[in-house]
Amino acid sequence: MEFFLQLLVNGISLGFLYALSALGFVMIFKSSSVLNFAHGELLAIGAFLFLALSTWAKLPIILAFAVTLIGSFSLGFIIERFFLRPLIGEELIEVIMLTVGLAAMFKGLLLFIFGGDIHSYPNFLPEGLSMQWGAIQIPSVYVATFIIGIIFLIIFGFFFKYSSQGIYMRSVADNQPAALSLGVHVRRVFALSWAIAALVCAMSGIVLGIINGVNVHNLSAIGLKVFPVVILGGLDSIGGAILGGVIIGLLETFTGGYISTSLREVVPYIVLVLILMVKPYGLFGLVEIERV
Amino acid sequence: MEDNIRLLINNISVVYADVIQVLKGVSLTIRKGQIVSLLGSNGAGKTTTLKAISGLLKPENGKVTEGSIEYDGEQVQNSSPEEITRKGIIQVLEGRQEFKYLTVEENLRVGTATRWGKPYQKDLELVYRYFPALLARKKSLAGYCSGGELQMLVIGRGLMAHPKLLLLDEPSLGLAPLLVKEIFQIIRKINEEQGTTLMVVEQNANMALQIAHYGYVMENGKIVMESTAQELRENPDVKEFYLGTAASGALKSYRDVKAYKRRKRWL
Amino acid sequence: MQKFQFHPCGNFKESYYQELTIFETDFGRLWMIIGLILLFGVIPFISSAFVLYVLNTMGIYAIAAIGLNLLIGYTGQISLGHGAFFGVGAYAAAILATRAHFPFWAALPAAGLITAAVGMVFGLPSARLKHLYLCIATLAGQFIIEYVLVQWEGLTGGAAGISVIGATLFGLDLGNDRTFYYVIYICFVFFAWVAVNLIRTRYGRAFIAIRDNDRAAEGMGIPIFPYKLLSFAISSFYAGFAGGLYAYYMISITPEPFNLWLSIVFIAMIIIGGLGNIPGSVFGAVFIVTLEEVLSHATEYLMNIGASTGVAITIAPLREFVFGLAIVLFIIFEPKGIAEVWRIVRSGFRLWPFSY
Repeated sequence: MEFFLQLLVNGISLGFLYALSALGFVMIFKSSSVLNFAHGELLAIGAFLFLALSTWAKLPIILAFAVTLIGSFSLGFIIERFFLRPLIGEELIEVIMLTVGLAAMFKGLLLFIFGGDIHSYPNFLPEGLSMQWGAIQIPSVYVATFIIGIIFLIIFGFFFKYSSQGIYMRSVADNQPAALSLGVHVRRVFALSWAIAALVCAMSGIVLGIINGVNVHNLSAIGLKVFPVVILGGLDSIGGAILGGVIIGLLETFTGGYISTSLREVVPYIVLVLILMVKPYGLFGLVEIERV
Repeated sequence: MEDNIRLLINNISVVYADVIQVLKGVSLTIRKGQIVSLLGSNGAGKTTTLKAISGLLKPENGKVTEGSIEYDGEQVQNSSPEEITRKGIIQVLEGRQEFKYLTVEENLRVGTATRWGKPYQKDLELVYRYFPALLARKKSLAGYCSGGELQMLVIGRGLMAHPKLLLLDEPSLGLAPLLVKEIFQIIRKINEEQGTTLMVVEQNANMALQIAHYGYVMENGKIVMESTAQELRENPDVKEFYLGTAASGALKSYRDVKAYKRRKRWL
Repeated sequence: MQKFQFHPCGNFKESYYQELTIFETDFGRLWMIIGLILLFGVIPFISSAFVLYVLNTMGIYAIAAIGLNLLIGYTGQISLGHGAFFGVGAYAAAILATRAHFPFWAALPAAGLITAAVGMVFGLPSARLKHLYLCIATLAGQFIIEYVLVQWEGLTGGAAGISVIGATLFGLDLGNDRTFYYVIYICFVFFAWVAVNLIRTRYGRAFIAIRDNDRAAEGMGIPIFPYKLLSFAISSFYAGFAGGLYAYYMISITPEPFNLWLSIVFIAMIIIGGLGNIPGSVFGAVFIVTLEEVLSHATEYLMNIGASTGVAITIAPLREFVFGLAIVLFIIFEPKGIAEVWRIVRSGFRLWPFSY
């Protein structure tokens, strides 16, 4: 029973971590319908930027964090401006392959600069955050993840649902010519969504780095794990992303705990295929409204 | 130059993809506070004219190669749609391009994009007053609305931008005759009450000429006829080719049918 | 004597039959014959063992890339599992050869058929999924197949892999590079011929119709789902056959090469070569294999310098960087791929020196 509860707690924490990493992905998808294969690399760039600033340049943690966020925000702008913008109006597969190419570039660069080893951050989280019930314990990083995750999810939920800018972003994803005819600044929306997404990625990357250590391969693998998470929840719903994350997290820890550790990595994909067969738009995704 | 001119199109040519010439020297004038209707058969270049005004040619690889478009005395040809919409020209696209996954109210809010950050509550109320049908459906997804509701929605969405010149592309497309009548009455009401200048592109010439002050007829990328709406309604050619009624106004009897087919005299 | 056809200076086609011809002019046919003579009569004899190895790799990848182009370029179904299907083919051939003692000539088509069946299973989601969702379902297929290849140790030998006995055909040893070159390129010519002609049949036209507008295609009476499955099957058959060749050529196989990266490399080939263009897939395969070889030599060379001068031996990742950069640059500057560049160059020659 205790084992079960510990797995449950681990699964939920892991799920939140996944949901948090999926945020940036959903962000880009929601505004520009681009499936970003460079997502894991964006996570890694944020994490490594923070690493370089906090341990190499020895900036104070808060300052390093702020500079990382600003840097990633600008990086998002740059990526959109130089790589995505020439492709506006091109076919889906070309945009997807472009992000794949970007992923390879970023990964190569990161490996070149930082190598393939696991680095770690200096310990800066307050110890008081960790919780303990009987034999079950939640380390402070997970609690911090949980809190940060909830805050960001709420902010983003409100942003997309109620703010004008959020609605413009969704309108662009929905029907680009119509948005253009109403004066929505489509290019600005794209640039902004990439910038915000890169920022969120950096933040998730830092959190992942605190928990698992900073490693190029691990972080880019998590970028792929985002797909089942997001698809389960429906590609465009943020609430769905949380639930998808938690489901995948639980699935992984329970398969790992009770069945086999090697199956753990594939289980999300198996479940993904099964769910897609039954519900093609995920559990909470919008049903595609097609009219002729 | 007269003061009350809103838009002056001076002899423009439009070419798509550097090879296909669609407009061959179109000139027209839209006066403030008027409804101007642009008639013509399919492929005459009506939609292209609208897109040339609103700047939406650009994403379709089209360009105004000659002539000029003056809006309130300012040249706007080949500007980007972002700039033009911010100057107050809003085009309502053909075929009800709603945002399927946004609710009706969110659709309307997209209309405020040109004046982001300003209050919009009053405008919502205004739109709901013109189109009460939308109020009942304001929380439902636009993708599930009927054709008539969608047409109202897209016109209302255009109104949200406080347009000085609203370009309507085929508002009657695919709607039941009664609904067409209703929508045209609302268009006239908007023109009278808000003072919005409107340009209506229509296949349904009868309806369009009833509410318009002035009309143009296009064919093969040229303006072939222009006059007040009243005169156009009475013009025998327009009657024959666009209104579908004979010179006498009643159904023709077989005895009166002339042996030759009436030719379009302007060709 | 037959009248020779030269390039007309305009589009004067009078019948659909003319539209369907593969070679517009007899010159095209002539060039193809010259190409075939070079391919089989000259190249294998003047090439060194290393060049032959590179050419063989190109041939194998080109077959798989043609298959993928049929699926993505012509039917419009994006698949991220082609690398895994290639692996399934390789394993199927290896297992059939070692366990069931299939002869070489039977193992390859059998591997193709098995892969086609697997491909159809993973094509099943296409019944209900489109675009992104299908793309991700095939991504899941990639991971699941990878997992099975590693974990089903009883059949696949796990991470250690399988060793295949060298290929023999009717008592002839195909073990060396030159003889295998013939095997690969005869298969390649055959599969390219089939693909080019497939596009001209009703099946090919149905594929294109589904790509351009599936709902309209359905309205025209094309049963979409069977055709999509057929496309998955054909494409996987190509991948499986190529995989079988790979297994025989490499002698021993492990699950490692058949990862997501290989799927991406295949897609990169057809995008760089030209989507919806059979010669394009070949160009793409040639380009990518050349690029990989050049890059791995360059990094080796740089690493040797690095070792002697003390520079850190971390240049290897740059290979990945350049690869990604090549993909990105091609997509941004020549989205229609090498096939388009080739067309422009060719028409430049045709019109030279009077280019207008």
